Amino acid sequence: MRSTRAVEISTGLFVLLGFAALFFLVTQITNRDLSLNGGASYEVYAEFDNIGSLRPGAAVSMAGVTVGRVESIRFDQDIYKAVVRMRINSAYDRIPADSDASIMTSGLLGGQYVGLTPGGEDTYLADGDRIEFVQDALVLENLINQLVANFGRRDGRDDGSER
Amino acid sequence: MNLLRELFETLRAFVAAVGAVTLFLVRVLGQAPRALVRPGLIVDQVHNVGALSLVIIMTCGLFVGMVLGLQGYDLLQRFGSEDALGTGATLALLKELGPVVTALLFAGRAGTALASEIGLMRATDQLTAMEMMAVDPIRRVVAPRFLGGAIAVPLLTVIFISIGIFGVQLIGVQQFGVDTAAFWSQMRASVDMNDVLEGVIKGCVFGVACSLVAVYEGYTATPTPEGVGRATTRTVVISAVLTLILDYMLTAVML
Repeated sequence: MRSTRAVEISTGLFVLLGFAALFFLVTQITNRDLSLNGGASYEVYAEFDNIGSLRPGAAVSMAGVTVGRVESIRFDQDIYKAVVRMRINSAYDRIPADSDASIMTSGLLGGQYVGLTPGGEDTYLADGDRIEFVQDALVLENLINQLVANFGRRDGRDDGSER
Repeated sequence: MNLLRELFETLRAFVAAVGAVTLFLVRVLGQAPRALVRPGLIVDQVHNVGALSLVIIMTCGLFVGMVLGLQGYDLLQRFGSEDALGTGATLALLKELGPVVTALLFAGRAGTALASEIGLMRATDQLTAMEMMAVDPIRRVVAPRFLGGAIAVPLLTVIFISIGIFGVQLIGVQQFGVDTAAFWSQMRASVDMNDVLEGVIKGCVFGVACSLVAVYEGYTATPTPEGVGRATTRTVVISAVLTLILDYMLTAVML
C-alpha cells in the first residue's frame, strides 16, 4: 500500500510537470494575446500596390505598440492591388479615420509589419472601414535600381560639366 | 539469380514483419479498452517509463538547450542578429530536437527495459503461465506498457523542450548578454500555436512508434538469453531509425 502511494505520487508529479510544461509552451512562447479576447476587436482594410513579404498574423502597430494583427491578405483582380484586412483590438477605438498605413520592416532579419500613423480627423476608424492613405513596402531591388540610376545620371552630368 | 532470390526473400521478410507489427498493434489496441479497466497497471507503467526517465530527459534537455545557446549565438552574431537567438533555438527545439532526442532517449532508457522485461517473461514462461490461467498476456502485460509509453513520451517531449528553452536562455541571456526582452518578445512574435502543435504531434507519434517497437520486440523475442539480448538491441536500432524516418515524413507533411 505504501509503495503504491509513492508510485502514484511520483507519477502524478510527472504528469503535472508535463502539463505545466505544455502550458508554458502554449502561453509563454506564443502570441495568442490578441486572439484570446477574440470578440473585442474590429476589422479595417487597406489596399496596397505592393506588400513585400507581409504575412497574415503580422503585427499592426502604432508608435511601436502592437494594436492588432493582419487577418488576411488577398489579391483583388479588379483593382490589381493587395487587400490587407487588419483586426484591431477594440481597446484602441480612437484611431483617426485619415490615418496612414505603411508596411515596414523590423530589424535586418525581422518580419514585416503594418505601421499606423495617426491622422488629424475627428472621426475614428470603425469596423469595415478602409484606410485610404497607404505606403507600400520598400522592395530592395527597386530601391537599388533607383539608386543605381541616380548615380549613373549624376556621374554622366559631372563628366559633361567638367569637359 | 541467387542474388535476386535473396533480395526477394529479404523483401518478403520485411513485408511480413510490417504485417506482423500491424496485426500486433491491432491486437494491442483491441485489448486497450479492457486494459483501461485497471488503470493501476497503466499508472505503474507511466511511472516506470516516464517518471523514472525524468532525470535523464531533464539533464539532456538542459545541455541540448545550452549547446543550442552557444552554437546559435556564435552563428547569429556573425550576422549581427543575436536577438533572433530565442526564436531560432525555440523553433529548433520545438520542431526537431525536442521530439527526436526525447524519442531516442526514451528508446534507450525505457524501450530497452520494456523489451528485455517482456522478453524475460517470455523466456521464463511467465507469459505461457498467464495463458494457462486464462489471463491474456497482451491485456495484462503488453497493453499497459504500450499505453504507458504512448502517454509518457509526449509529456517527456514538452518537458524536454521547456527545460531546453531554459538552457538557451541561460547561455544566451545570462552568459552572452542577449537582451532579455528581445529574446522573449522575438520568440513570442514568431512562434505560433502550430509550431507547438507540431512538437506535440511528433511526440505522440514517436511515443506510439517507440513503445510499439519495444513491446513487439520483447513479445516476439526468442526465449533464450541471446534472444532477449538481440530483442533489446533491435529495439534501440529500429526505434532510432523509425523515429528519424517518421520525423522526415511528419515534417514534410506539416511544414
